[in-house]
Amino acid sequence: MTTATDELHHDDHHHDHKPSGIMRWLLTTNHKDISSLYLWFAFIMFLVGGAMAMVIRAELFQPGLQIVEPDFFNQMTTVHGLIMVFGAVMPAFTGLANWMVPLMIGAPDMALPRMNNWSFWILPFAFAILLSSLFMEGGGPNFGWTFYAPLSTTYSNDSTALFVFSVHIMGASSIMGAINVIVTILNMRAPGMTLMKMPLFVWTWLITAFLLIAVMPVLAGAVTMVLTDKYFGTSFFDAAGGGDPVMFQHIFWFFGHPEVYIMILPAFGIISQIVPTFSRKKLFGYASMVYATASIALLSFVVWAHHMFTTGMPLFGELFFMIATMLISVPTGVKVFNWVATMWRGAISFEMPMMFSLAFIVLFTIGGLSGLMLAITPVDFQYHDTYFVVAHFHYVLVTGAVFSIMAAAYYWLPKWTGKMYDTTLAQWHFWCSLISVNLLFFPMHFVGLAGMPRRIPDYALQFADFNKWISIGGFAFGLSQLIFLALLIKACRKQGEPVSDQVWEGAEGLEWEVPSPAPYHTFETPPVVK
Amino acid sequence: MESKQPEIRKTVIKLVAVVIGMFGFGFALVPLYDVFCEITGINGKTSDVAATYENVVVDKGRWVNVEFITRTNSGMPWEFKSQTKRVRVNPGEMHQVDFYAHNTSSRDIVGQAVPSVSPGTAAIYLNKTECFCFDQQPLKAGEEVIMPMRFYVDPALPEDITYFTLQYTLYDVTEQAQEIAYNRG
Ligand SMILES: [Cu+2]
Repeated sequence: MTTATDELHHDDHHHDHKPSGIMRWLLTTNHKDISSLYLWFAFIMFLVGGAMAMVIRAELFQPGLQIVEPDFFNQMTTVHGLIMVFGAVMPAFTGLANWMVPLMIGAPDMALPRMNNWSFWILPFAFAILLSSLFMEGGGPNFGWTFYAPLSTTYSNDSTALFVFSVHIMGASSIMGAINVIVTILNMRAPGMTLMKMPLFVWTWLITAFLLIAVMPVLAGAVTMVLTDKYFGTSFFDAAGGGDPVMFQHIFWFFGHPEVYIMILPAFGIISQIVPTFSRKKLFGYASMVYATASIALLSFVVWAHHMFTTGMPLFGELFFMIATMLISVPTGVKVFNWVATMWRGAISFEMPMMFSLAFIVLFTIGGLSGLMLAITPVDFQYHDTYFVVAHFHYVLVTGAVFSIMAAAYYWLPKWTGKMYDTTLAQWHFWCSLISVNLLFFPMHFVGLAGMPRRIPDYALQFADFNKWISIGGFAFGLSQLIFLALLIKACRKQGEPVSDQVWEGAEGLEWEVPSPAPYHTFETPPVVK
Repeated sequence: MESKQPEIRKTVIKLVAVVIGMFGFGFALVPLYDVFCEITGINGKTSDVAATYENVVVDKGRWVNVEFITRTNSGMPWEFKSQTKRVRVNPGEMHQVDFYAHNTSSRDIVGQAVPSVSPGTAAIYLNKTECFCFDQQPLKAGEEVIMPMRFYVDPALPEDITYFTLQYTLYDVTEQAQEIAYNRG
């Protein structure tokens, strides 16, 4: 990157001289550097959280207790969830926003570069604290990533204090990241880049960032209440002191449901960038995409209690939350329709970003449909807390969010490194992931409908065959990600064929007008958007 | 880029205000939840202050069954039961039901009973003029007590409710009670 910078900015007097080694990364305020840190951190967390999933699947390979104690099993499900949500998916999207938003709107950097540095560098501490709690006497958090009271208050051990502290730091990090994205998008766009000309990845991230600043503070409030209930004698969630444990669920899911859209709206943005490029057509229904995203975001605030149908809500409440939830499938359906319509009669080619996007569209839709099933109150009484729920949210989060992140990585990696990635490895990565991920998550639907409960280290004998296949799928999916790791290491070592500035034949947008690899400083004089 | 600094500042200030506001909103959900449940009565919580019995017209033409269930929270070594399993009452009519509690352990314990009505919509029509659940119950090791509860059903109870259940859960609040006593002392 240094040579590219020097060649392109001979007259650039204020360009900083990067300190070398570790200090460069510790002190950097460059959006590209910070973004690379975010992306590598997210990938490492993905492997760590994945390793925990391997422990879970190893224990569930056969009925009975073989490998770990039930309490440790519970710690694994809890920390796996926390790491994948707050350590892998969210930082990966923040990393992508950091790299691409300034390039896509023609800005020289993020609006608040110093805060950007902070919002990344507090993250490793948050996860160091969380992971270290696993080694405490009595073990780490074991109450599920949803930390329902009274499990997290009355029945938890002292690692809860560390859990609360680390969630506070994660929250602060993503709030800072979100503020930075909003300020950048609202104030730093190149002349002529009106809101309705912004690429959809920028739009979806703008809306996501608003969701983040609206609900992350509520999560901070919820963990604070857990902390004071446990250590300072308050009774927010303690019925004996006049509180109500059901209220915990209301507060948690007021955060929790918008959170699932925080993890999927940027994915919608990514797919909306990639599908037109490889269909060599304009995105079908740009404006309807923007409005659909906004209405999903708004609706996400009034559906939280669909996670609580079995808490004994009054009939009116169950009807309201059921209908509101099902309503969300309308704007989501608009999106899927638009992607398909974009491909319709397009000159489609099947490079790796497009392959992952196509897999996303099909598999995310399966996850959406099982979500629709879960939204139906009377049947939710059967599905609640079974593996059907696990199947549902892994389809939307793994084949949804994670696949979109991989699609994005393949799409923009040549722009970042200036070299085409190893396409053979990419093929291996894609096909191994695609087959194993379905072997992993599809049978979960069936064991769930048959009544296998989630978060349980042992199960009834009749689920044994299915669980064996699920575990094999799990191990294979885990190993497949090592292919991706190998590909990324090769790419970062700048191995591969050089690529043109446009990289992909049908690619349009400002990010494809800067040289490949993208120089250290871009758009110091703003481009003019026609 | 320098020229954009004032606007960036303005946007940041607004967004920080939103963040602080939403943090406050998280806590505001606690009283909001209580107020919402009190108005609608949907979570079955009954009022924790004594009702008055004045100018209540007894509706002789209607009968309502009220059932009483008791339970102790896990690890609470008390025997706790209602002397009457079920009463058949006219709305507006005053009734008394006695509850029996016995500390079977060898230590002094402070108990707190928390009521809950099912179906929840009946909760706001249950008026208690006197209830042991309004106060904490300190029982010495082995001590027994009869605790009265006086109530009437509001005649405005919707027609379709003919039967409801009042459940008391007894919690061990010795630690909290000691803390309060310590703080006061
Ligand atoms: Cu939800």
